[in-house]
Amino acid sequence: MAKYDVDSEKLKRLEDYIDSIEQKEGALIGVLYKAQEIFGYLPKDVQLFIARKLKIPAAKVFGVTTFYSYFTMEPRGKHVINVCMGTACFVKGADKVLEELRKQLNITEGNMSPDGMFTVDSLRCVGACGLAPVVMVDGKVYGRVKVEDVKAILDEYREGGSTQ
Amino acid sequence: MPVRMELLVCGGTGCQASNSNRVLEVLREEIKNSNLENEVSVLMTGCFGFCEKGPIVKVMPDNVFYVEVDEDSARKIVAEHVVKGRVYQEKLYVEPDTNEKLPEQSKIPFYKKQIRIALRNCGKIDPENINEYIAADGYMALGKVLTEMTPEGVIDIVKRSGLRGRGGGGFPTGVKWEATRKSKSDIKYVICNADEGDPGAFMDRSILEGDPHSVLEGMAIAAYAIGAQFGYIYVRAEYPLAIHRLRIAISQARELGLLGKNIFGTDFCFDVEIKIGAGAFICGEETALINSIEGGRGEPTVKPPYPAQVGLWKKPTNINNVETFANVAPIILNGAEWFASIGTEKSKGTKVFALAGKVNNVGLVEVPMGITLREIIYELGGGIKGGKKFKAVQTGGPSGGCIPAEYLDTPIDYDNLTALGSMMGSGGMIVMDEDDCMVNIAKFYLEFSCDESCGRCTACRVGNKRLLEILNKITEGKGEMEDLEMLKELAETVKDSSLCGLGQTSPNPVLSTMKFFYDEYLAHVRDKECPAGVCKELLKYYIIPEKCVGCTACAKVCPVNVIHGEPKKVHVIDRDGCIKCGQCYKTCRFGAITRK
Repeated sequence: MAKYDVDSEKLKRLEDYIDSIEQKEGALIGVLYKAQEIFGYLPKDVQLFIARKLKIPAAKVFGVTTFYSYFTMEPRGKHVINVCMGTACFVKGADKVLEELRKQLNITEGNMSPDGMFTVDSLRCVGACGLAPVVMVDGKVYGRVKVEDVKAILDEYREGGSTQ
Repeated sequence: MPVRMELLVCGGTGCQASNSNRVLEVLREEIKNSNLENEVSVLMTGCFGFCEKGPIVKVMPDNVFYVEVDEDSARKIVAEHVVKGRVYQEKLYVEPDTNEKLPEQSKIPFYKKQIRIALRNCGKIDPENINEYIAADGYMALGKVLTEMTPEGVIDIVKRSGLRGRGGGGFPTGVKWEATRKSKSDIKYVICNADEGDPGAFMDRSILEGDPHSVLEGMAIAAYAIGAQFGYIYVRAEYPLAIHRLRIAISQARELGLLGKNIFGTDFCFDVEIKIGAGAFICGEETALINSIEGGRGEPTVKPPYPAQVGLWKKPTNINNVETFANVAPIILNGAEWFASIGTEKSKGTKVFALAGKVNNVGLVEVPMGITLREIIYELGGGIKGGKKFKAVQTGGPSGGCIPAEYLDTPIDYDNLTALGSMMGSGGMIVMDEDDCMVNIAKFYLEFSCDESCGRCTACRVGNKRLLEILNKITEGKGEMEDLEMLKELAETVKDSSLCGLGQTSPNPVLSTMKFFYDEYLAHVRDKECPAGVCKELLKYYIIPEKCVGCTACAKVCPVNVIHGEPKKVHVIDRDGCIKCGQCYKTCRFGAITRK
C-alpha cells in the first residue's frame, strides 16, 4: 500500500467506512463527507487514497471536491462560523456582520483566525430569513445579529472551548 | 388516552433559533408540576410560517395563538390559560393599526387570505409522529390510488388539476409524469428535488420539517403513476433539521408498510433514500442534480434527451420539487376540479411564498394564484418596515427580477411574472425599500451567479464575470455611459448562449433593474451619486450648518481628522481626506450629518 502523509488511525477509519459500502458506484460524495468528518478537511493524500479505494481517477475525486462548496482542502478552525449571505440577510446588513467578525478575529487572509480557533465563511441562505441577518456557529443558529453582538457570540466559544 | 388540551410549539428552524426548544421544555415542566400530564399534551409541530413573531405557541382546541413566547411567558401561559382557563393577554398578537389583540389565528391579517394546501399540516401535527399525519387523512390518497385507480387515471387527474412545477420552471406536472410513464424501461426513478438554493426561499425546508410524510406520499403516488420502484430525495446539507425529520419519517413509513414491498397489500413496491447535497446551487437544475446523485460534479447536460427518457443511471426519471409533491395527495382526495377552481386561468392552485426583507411580517404564506403583490406585501406582510417607502420586490431569486411599485397590482401567476422580466421561481419574495440601491442588488445577485456557475458554458462562466466587473466599476464611480450599453448587450448574450436555466436567467436581475430603475444607473454613472446612499465610494458626507451645534463629537471620532471646527461652532468636513467610514454619521446625535 502506498504511503499517505496523514494520520494512519484516521485513515483506517475511512477505509473501514469505504469497505462497508455495498454499492460503490455513486458513493463518492458520501465518502468525501465521511472523510471530511474524520479529517476536518480533504488534503491531497486523502483524496488520492479515496480514488484508489474506489478505483476511480484521482482527477475525478479532485474535480468533485473542488466543485462543491461544502468540501474544503484547507484545515478549518476549531469552530466554524458561517454568515448567511442570502438575499434577506444581505439586505439586512449581513456583510457588515461578516466584516466585523473578520476584524475581531484578525483575519486578513484566508478564512481562519491566526490562533486556529475560528474559521469564518459565508453560505447561501439557511432558510431562517425571518431572523435575518443570521449567523451559524457549528450548526447553532443566531438570529437578528447586530454588529454589536459579534463579540458576545465569539466570547461564548472562546470561554467554553478555549484551548489555551 | 385523549387529552383535553394540546399546546403546539413551533419547531421550525426559525423558532428553534429563537429558543422554542427551551419554551417546549418549560411548558412540559410546568404541566408536570401542575399534575396535568394526563390532561394536557405539549407537542412540537412544524413551522407556522409567521417567523417574524416566533416562537409561536398555539393552544387547541381553544384556538388561541400566542406569539413571541419566552420561558417566562411559557410559565404564565400554563398558570393562566391551562390551569385557570383565562387567555394570557400579554402574548397575543396585536394588530398594529388598531392595537386590538387577536387571539384567533385565522383573524390575524397574516393568515386571513391564505389557503393552505401544501402547508396544510405545518403547525398542526407533530412531524415526527406518523400517526398524526395518518389522523389528518395522511396516506389515504395513496391507498385510494393503489386500490382504486390505474396509473393512467392518476396522471389524468394531475393533468386536469393544472398543477405546475413549483420549483421554478412551472412545467405541467401531469405532462411530465405522462412522458416518464410512456418511456419503456424495467427500472424507473422518482426524485424529489429538495435542493432549495434560491437565497430567501424556505418553503421546501418548512414542508420537509413540518410535514415530511406529505412529500413521501406524493412521491409514492408519482412512482405508481409512472411505474417507478425507487425514489431519491436530494436535500441540501444546509438543512440538518429537515434531513433529521425526513429520516424519521422514512423509517416510520417503512415500519407501517407504507414504504417497502407490497404497499397496501398490492403488487406496488416503493422505497426512498435520502441523498445529501454538498453546497452547489446548480444542483437544483434537474440534469445537474442527477449527475450529483451519481456522485459526480453537478454539471447540467444537454436536453433532450429529457430525464423522462434518459435520467438517473440512464433510466427514465421523474423529478419534481418538494412543494409540488406536497400538493399531490389533496388533489387525489378532493379531485382535479377542486384544485383547478383555485387560481388563475393558466396557473392553478396555490403557491407558497417566502416573504422576507424589509417587510413587517416576515414568513411563509400560501396564497391562491392570482393574488396581487400588493395584497401579499401590504395586507399579509403588514407593509414596509419602519414606515419606509417601498422600492421593489424581488421574485424568483437569482433568476428573477425586481418589480417596481407601479406593477404592485399585477395578479401573480407564472406568466405575468415572466412578462415583467422576473419569474415565479421557487417563490422567494424579497421586499426592498428606499434604502436599497438597485445597482448594488443587481451586483449581489451576479456575485451569486458567478460563484455558482458550474463553468461549463463560456457565456455564463466568463460573461457573468464581465457583467460583474462592469457593475463594480459603476458602483465605484468609474462607470461610463457606454458601460450601460455594454451591460445590456452582454446580458442578452449570456441569456441566449447558455445551456441551462442558470445561465439563461442569471442576467435577469441586471436587465430588470436596468429596465425599471434606469435612473439609478444614470445617477451612478453620470452624476457619480448613489441615491440610496449605499455605494460607499460614491458617498459624500456633509454637515448641515443649521443643525450642527458644535458638540465636537464627530471631530473626535473621525479617524483621519478631517472634521474641523471650534467647540460650539459649526463644523466642516474636508472631503479631500475623507475615507467615508461613516463614523461621524453614526455618532452625531443631532442629525446634522447627511450623506449623498
